[in-house]
Amino acid sequence: MLTDFATVLVFMVLGAVTVALLLLVSRLVQPRDPTPVKLSTYECGEVPFGSSWVQFNIRFYVVALIFIIFDVEVALLYPWAVIFQRLGMVAFVEAFVFIVILLAGLAYLWKEGDLDWVRTMQDAPARKEGK
Amino acid sequence: MIPLFDLGVAVARVAVFFAFVFGLVVVMTWVERKGAAYMQDRRGPNRARILGITLFGMFHPLADALKFLFKEDFIPDNAHRLFYQLAPMFALAPAILTMAVVPFGPPVTIAGKTISLQIADLNVGILYLFAVSGLAVYGVVLAGWSSNSKYPLLGGLRSSAQMISYEVSLGLSIMGILMVFQAIRLSEIVLGQGELLFGILPKWGVFVQPLGFVLFLTALYAEANRTPFDLPEGESELVAGYHTEYASFKFSMFMMAEYIHMVVGAAVIATLFFGGWQFPYLADKGFAFPGGLSVTVPAAGVLVLRIGSFIGKTLFFCWLYVWVRWTIPRFRYDQVMRLGWKVMLPLSLLNIFVTGLVLLLIDKGGF
Amino acid sequence: MEPILFIIFGAIAVGGAIMVVTRKHPMSSALYLILTLFAVAALFVLRQAHFLAAIQVIVYAGAVMVLFIFVIMLINVPENKLPMERLTGLRLLGVVAAGFLILESAILARRFAMPAGSTADAGSVQAVGRALFTDYLLAFEITSVLLLAAVIGAIALAKRKI
Repeated sequence: MLTDFATVLVFMVLGAVTVALLLLVSRLVQPRDPTPVKLSTYECGEVPFGSSWVQFNIRFYVVALIFIIFDVEVALLYPWAVIFQRLGMVAFVEAFVFIVILLAGLAYLWKEGDLDWVRTMQDAPARKEGK
Repeated sequence: MIPLFDLGVAVARVAVFFAFVFGLVVVMTWVERKGAAYMQDRRGPNRARILGITLFGMFHPLADALKFLFKEDFIPDNAHRLFYQLAPMFALAPAILTMAVVPFGPPVTIAGKTISLQIADLNVGILYLFAVSGLAVYGVVLAGWSSNSKYPLLGGLRSSAQMISYEVSLGLSIMGILMVFQAIRLSEIVLGQGELLFGILPKWGVFVQPLGFVLFLTALYAEANRTPFDLPEGESELVAGYHTEYASFKFSMFMMAEYIHMVVGAAVIATLFFGGWQFPYLADKGFAFPGGLSVTVPAAGVLVLRIGSFIGKTLFFCWLYVWVRWTIPRFRYDQVMRLGWKVMLPLSLLNIFVTGLVLLLIDKGGF
Repeated sequence: MEPILFIIFGAIAVGGAIMVVTRKHPMSSALYLILTLFAVAALFVLRQAHFLAAIQVIVYAGAVMVLFIFVIMLINVPENKLPMERLTGLRLLGVVAAGFLILESAILARRFAMPAGSTADAGSVQAVGRALFTDYLLAFEITSVLLLAAVIGAIALAKRKI
């Protein structure tokens, strides 16, 4: 078994070497002639203004949080999936208790509107009143 | 320590599969443009020629490669220099690593030794695939962020949020396959698909898990940021998305990563849902049709048919990407997120439930 | 071969962890943390815990770190405004205490010798599944409640900011 993982390791090293080699070759053969305009950021031909490192929509953060939780769920279900025929009905019920509890979480997110990317205008005031 | 023979075999396996995937990547860049051209009634790439021979524009990928190598590669002034240079590597490395576990043929016996036609037959199988492909998101995020430009930032964020949203459905959609075949090694899943269903149909993943297949295909396209889920690079709104600021060879690394994901994705669909290297009704000794008719085929012929079957399936699903790309329009971003969380996720859980129930009933009923 | 690999990956893990706390830019720290998590996954493989290694990469490197990076991007402190941590006496003391902790665990590890190499199959997906759904069933079900609490808690925290 370990030899298979070792093969992956060798594969990883080979891939890295290939990429590094190609990068080196391209660095050796390509021209180098930077000008201020060339090095400026692309903004549809306008002169770029300000930094782009601005704060963005918190929605992305919420999605990442939800993702972690369901990712853990998926990870815990793999061992169940591969042996459940051997464990029979009991394991089936056990796994579904697990899934149903997490479905409650999904239902909560759904109801709260955290799964909607764009909240409609009617939703917004209603939510404020709710607080 | 490791016998020289085994080492040689390992190197040969890596080399062959590497060449296969990279060859397909090169061909795919041509197929994509040519396919687009035919679907839109134009000619597509047809200029590049060597000694006056154009060969339907087949030399264009070669011309592209040379161009990528020889073009100037600069780092924008505003970019974060280190992360800007690291990002393409973070994108390409996971893509290359995903190749490692796909079996491209049955085990072969040469000189009394059994050689599996698979770079590494890990006992975590599919999990390795998910672990590695999950890392692809860093290339996208880093590229978008380190460019310090508005379009790449938006593209990178959208892209990464989309990738993680569909990763859950991707993981859940193959759960049914694991449940049916009771295996997690890809080689065992392929072996399991060699049996017959009701004595007529080959027991391919797509026949036992039709809903799982649709969900997997959808999630895979979303993961690879392909149409109809290609809004991270929706050129009409985000220029080129996360790699807007990249040029020359670094840009080509992103492109290579995308195409490798496509090719390996096609190979994985073939492996999980279409029997991998299994050829319908072909057993080790030859064809054995349901009616009782059997035809003997020499061992070498069986091997060729099986490897050919794997390559054929992979090619078909590579073509499917192109076909879909030029047929289906792009989603809107909120539609993508809604589909991922509100449709795909509940459906894939339902699929697991139904699969489990049916399998238990079969077990009880004894058929 | 195995002990050598173990030392190499252990060194990478420790080195990465040191880099995580010493880098100035949070993005560098995050990338070094990914390296550390990877090295730990390799250590799991060397100890035959193959399922754990895969999960380590899927959940920690693939999911948790994405959240970290999102947060770093969300807060986005410009490089010249990053706060500098100073080396205070208390922190030095912390390093000394950590040294003692490592020493202690080394002594303990010597006394209670490591369980003789677990069988090749003990860490496989099937074996973990069997253990999870028979001996550790209660823990497994409680995990789902914990995850549910995490969902609600995370949303409640995020809501306050919106």
